[in-house]
Amino acid sequence: MEYIDLHAHMISRTTDDYQKMALTGCLAVTEPAFWAGYDRRSADVFADYFDHITDFEPKRAAEYGIQHYAWLCLNPKEGEDRELTKQVLQIIPEFLDRPNVLGIGEIGLNRVTRNELATFRDHVELALEHNQLIHIHTPHLEDKYKGTKVIVETLAADGRIDPSRVMVDHAEEHTMPIILDAGFWTGVTLYPVTKTTPGRAVDMFERYGTERICVASACDWGPSEPVAIPHFVLEMRRRGHDEEEIRKIVLQNPATFLGQSPKFRLGHLAKPAALAAD
Amino acid sequence: MPANDTKSCPLSQQELIDSSFMEARTKILDIAAFLDRLDRSVSTDGADDFRIVAMRRAMEELNSSVPGRIERVLLTFSDQNTDLLDELDRKAAYGASIR
Repeated sequence: MEYIDLHAHMISRTTDDYQKMALTGCLAVTEPAFWAGYDRRSADVFADYFDHITDFEPKRAAEYGIQHYAWLCLNPKEGEDRELTKQVLQIIPEFLDRPNVLGIGEIGLNRVTRNELATFRDHVELALEHNQLIHIHTPHLEDKYKGTKVIVETLAADGRIDPSRVMVDHAEEHTMPIILDAGFWTGVTLYPVTKTTPGRAVDMFERYGTERICVASACDWGPSEPVAIPHFVLEMRRRGHDEEEIRKIVLQNPATFLGQSPKFRLGHLAKPAALAAD
Repeated sequence: MPANDTKSCPLSQQELIDSSFMEARTKILDIAAFLDRLDRSVSTDGADDFRIVAMRRAMEELNSSVPGRIERVLLTFSDQNTDLLDELDRKAAYGASIR
C-alpha cells in the first residue's frame, strides 16, 4: 500500500533503508530537524545540517522515487542553551525558501524546563512570522504527559495559532485526547520499545477514529524501524479494517496536513487537496 | 474527546485470543523472568528503585476489570507535576517518574 512517512530522520539511516521504504510503497518522507546524539557547538554546524537535509537527502531519496521534505529548528534537547538558540534562529530563515522545506520542527519540550519553553515560544514566533506549518515533538516516556499539557496549553492560549496547521506528534493513549480536544493534528510513533507498537497504534485508531491522526516510523539512530508503517498496515488488515480506512490513515491524512504547504506535492498521484476530498 | 470503548474492535474476543494470546503470554513470562532475575542478583541494591516501585503499581492495573488500563498504566509511569523545571538536570528519560 502507498504511504507517507511523516517523521523520518533519514540522515541517520542507510540508503538500503530508502530502498526498503520504496519497495514497501513509501511515496514521501518528511524529516524534522533533531538531536544528533550530542550537543552541537555552533550555529555553523546547524547550517551544515540544514544544508544536508534540504539538499543531499532529497537527492538520495529521489534515487528511489521517494519525495523528501524537511522541517527546520533547534531540537528541544538543545533548547536549554538560549544563546545558541538565538544564533540558530537567525540562520533558519536563510533556508525556509528551499523547495523541500515545509515548516518549523520538530520543536517542543524535552525535560520541560523554563529555557526549553522559552526556546519553544521563540520557534513558534518564527513560524508565525514566516507563515510556516509547525511540527511538534512531545517529550519521552515519563515526561510526555506533563510536556504535552504544557505545549497544548501554551499554544491554545495564543489566539494567533491555527490548530489545523500544527502537528503535535508522538501521542500515546494518555495524551491523544488532550491534543485532539484542542483541535491539533497528532501522530502516533511506531517504535519497538519506547513509544507505540503497531497493535497499540491500531487500538488508538479504533478508539479515537481517523480524523487528524497520522502514523510514522520516526526512524533515527536509535532502535527504530524504517518500514514500521507497513507493519501497521498489516496489523490493521489482521483486525479486519478495510483498505479505504487504512489508506486514509497512511496516505490521505498526512497528505491533507502536509498539503497545507504549497511546496508539498505527491509525485504521480493527484494533488493533496484531491486526496483529501476522497 | 471520549474514547470509543464499546465494540470498536472488529474482531471477536475468541479471534483476538487466537491471534494475540501467545504474544501477550510471552510478555508476561518476560516480566516474571525479569523479577526472578532481580531476586537472583548478586546485590540487593534495587529493591526500592523508583522504576521497580512504579512497575509494581502498574502491574496492579493489569488485574483491574475497568477499561482504560493502558491510560492508567501510562499515568503510573508519568510525572504528573506540570511545574517547569528551573534548569535542565539531565537529557534522558528513565521511563518512570523519580519525583
